[in-house]
Amino acid sequence: MKYGRKTMAILSAILLTASLGLTACGGGDKAKETAGKPEQAQEQKGGTLIFARGGDSTTLDPQNSTEGETTRVTDNIFDTLVQYKKDSTEVEPALATQWESSPDGKTWTFTLRENVKFHDGTEFDANSVKFNFDRMIDKNNEYHVGGNFDYVISQFTAFKGEPGAVIKEVKVLDKNKVQFILNVPQAPFLANVAMPFFAIESPEAIKKHKDKIGQHPVGTGPYKFVEGGWKPNDTITLEKNKEYWKGEPILDKIIFKVIPDNTARLTALKSGEVDLIDGMNPSDAATVEADKNLTLYERPSMNVGYLSFNTEKKPFDNPKVRQALAMAVDKQGLVDAFFAKRGQAATNALPPSIWGYNKELEAKDYKYDLEKAKQLLAEAGYPNGFETDLWAMPVSRPYMPQPQKIAESIQADFAKIGVKTKLVSMEWGTYLKKTKNGEHTMALLGWTGDNGDPDNFLYVLLDKDNAKPPAAQNISLYKNDKVHELLIKAQTTPDQKVREDLYKQAQEIILNDAPMVPFVHSTPVLASSSKVKGYVPHATGSEKLNDVSIEK
Amino acid sequence: MFSYIIRRLLHLIPVLIGMSLVVFAIIHAIPGDPALMILGEHATPGALEALRAKLHLNEPLYQQYFYYMLDILQGDLGESLRTKQAISLEIGSYLTATIELAIAALIFAIVVGVNAGIIAAWKRASWFDYIAMLVALVGVSMPVFWLGLMEQWVFVDKLDLLPSTGRFNPREPVDGITGFYVLDTILTGNWAGLQDVVLHLILPSIALGTIPMAIIARMTRSSMLEVMKSDYIRTARAKGLREFWVVYKHALRNAFAPVLTVIGLQLGSLLGGAILTETIFGWPGVGRYINDAIAFRDYPVVQSGVLVIAFLFVMINLIVDILYAYIDPRIQYK
Repeated sequence: MKYGRKTMAILSAILLTASLGLTACGGGDKAKETAGKPEQAQEQKGGTLIFARGGDSTTLDPQNSTEGETTRVTDNIFDTLVQYKKDSTEVEPALATQWESSPDGKTWTFTLRENVKFHDGTEFDANSVKFNFDRMIDKNNEYHVGGNFDYVISQFTAFKGEPGAVIKEVKVLDKNKVQFILNVPQAPFLANVAMPFFAIESPEAIKKHKDKIGQHPVGTGPYKFVEGGWKPNDTITLEKNKEYWKGEPILDKIIFKVIPDNTARLTALKSGEVDLIDGMNPSDAATVEADKNLTLYERPSMNVGYLSFNTEKKPFDNPKVRQALAMAVDKQGLVDAFFAKRGQAATNALPPSIWGYNKELEAKDYKYDLEKAKQLLAEAGYPNGFETDLWAMPVSRPYMPQPQKIAESIQADFAKIGVKTKLVSMEWGTYLKKTKNGEHTMALLGWTGDNGDPDNFLYVLLDKDNAKPPAAQNISLYKNDKVHELLIKAQTTPDQKVREDLYKQAQEIILNDAPMVPFVHSTPVLASSSKVKGYVPHATGSEKLNDVSIEK
Repeated sequence: MFSYIIRRLLHLIPVLIGMSLVVFAIIHAIPGDPALMILGEHATPGALEALRAKLHLNEPLYQQYFYYMLDILQGDLGESLRTKQAISLEIGSYLTATIELAIAALIFAIVVGVNAGIIAAWKRASWFDYIAMLVALVGVSMPVFWLGLMEQWVFVDKLDLLPSTGRFNPREPVDGITGFYVLDTILTGNWAGLQDVVLHLILPSIALGTIPMAIIARMTRSSMLEVMKSDYIRTARAKGLREFWVVYKHALRNAFAPVLTVIGLQLGSLLGGAILTETIFGWPGVGRYINDAIAFRDYPVVQSGVLVIAFLFVMINLIVDILYAYIDPRIQYK
């Protein structure tokens, strides 16, 4: 009892002092100093860049990742044989300095860069390339662990020895020459190998860490992973690789920091706690532009948002009806209203950032013209329009930020030409399943590219091979043999100039047939402190940061 | 007292078993094939079958529950589907982050709440009383996320006084020993680090602690008013004791038992409010760990995470009950 009273007195005293203490900590310059500490170095070289993003990486094993938050980090730790150029999806040398394919397109020979070392000091050579690809493509490989190697399936169809597998085997010719033998020619092969998922990891590290390699990444890239530098859901710290083959990176350190809330992330940028942010609300772009301490970036768009017609259902089996409806969609209006002008009206499923884009078609695109649309509808035998359903996605995606409102807007325009639509929505998983099964009439959907190859848009979304329910990616179920012929030829031709021409022809046919109305290529925005120099956002969603610097 | 504690501990066993049953049942009521979820759409039937066998998915539910309990009793909380890491290893750093935040929020709630309540009761019907109770009223109904964003807007954006996100300045990282960074910086004598860590705690703990603070303030006030009317307070005053001691020593001691109960209950809501606070302030805590796991359908993490939180909750209630018995000896537990 006596003791208890004393405790209470002490407790009260603590409460009072603590309350004073807290108030004391709250103010003053000291807080400011810690919050946004200026860098010590006076010159351009060195410094720490804090890159804030919305979510954490799941693993740092690039071969076992399928999501962007991992790639963003691993792109800086690892290199691929070839890589995309800094500002386009064209392929340039990386760990391989040269490459050539055999006339039949089934053999690819890469000449490798010499004197490249992994961060653990081991040497990079043809054997390490073989080791990595064997790990990825061969299910029976002892090191085929730590994940599902999903991208082997999605880019090369199947694992080694399974039906459809693109890669037959990888051969070491000599120390600096490696050869890929394919079962079938694959034109996008080079673009595929440039994907961050096919990065080369240190064989010694893989042998050492086995399925835990995702926590101990070792590559040849511009930055090294700092052991113990991954604080889950918080930060991942990388430090510069002084022996990087392209020359020492400018920054000393890069810290990837997770701040889930978009508004909080922008606040942290403004207060100087972080230097670079992505995943901004499009509506905040204007605030950033108005602030002279900040720089706004637009990531080149590699996506498309579209309205698909089920070409197997009446009346959408009639091209005239589809063309009429295409004229009733006010693309620019949608972009202005729902994308805060961060995006461009689309003509094509293929974004202009990708090679092979047919710019000439922009002039031939369906203009927003309700009168002409009515006229076409009448010609098609529907002078009074018709009734149908319009499916709207239940979730927001970069290419479709407000699907319900976009659907309502399209609905209103269609009503003006007599087409009455009922909006339909359902749970996202069901939505995807039913559209892939061709159960819809008209549906909103979109696509984000993987590798910057036209094939990744046109073949996936519009070839008859992909128009097979219940797993149709081509949810318009659009089947045009001429288009198919062009796309398949483009797929198996190694010469990029020839491919470009084939894709341009295909786009023209598709535009005439109007199986879908592509209406937007949305542009994600990023922001940095204006002290950050040399940052170029890449269309694929991640980039190497070795040329980035921080002033003063 | 001792036997009471033992008895309470024994009572925990059925509670914990019940809890694990509920969590298990909820997770297994969710439709969908976990094996398909793990392996993805490209999985071969053989791989799916092998994984189902490994996860005991083909066996009856009661047997699955048995395996699950067996693992838990061995300290094995399963493996995250997303990161392929043992949950028992992963969850530690998240837990310490959340507990540190909850403690800071609780300190804020108690310090401000109790003092505001006392003064409001002491200076009843004064301007302080009115303002304090108005603040308490607003505080109870203030959504955590809104308060958090407002704090950031005022203290970070406009005044530039405090850091807005994270547990410390990543440019000057703090070494972790225990994972409780306030403690770690003291142990290593890193005073600059301590200051940094405390500054990072201020905004999130105020956001998280405001609702409990408001509730504690109101409870303290009404409890104090009740006690201040009693005879012994009049006696104390009559003895010529200074008013400060009458209030803080004599009255508070008797008014504190109901307040303590409220504090105990509020601890639960602290754990609940943690998800929003952690999201806004980029706090790498267990609330976000579970939240992210739900988004990625990482069922083992959801299952084990909820169980760990529930366990904490039960333990806190136990401690509050014991304290209650200790502070108010009139309460006899048979």
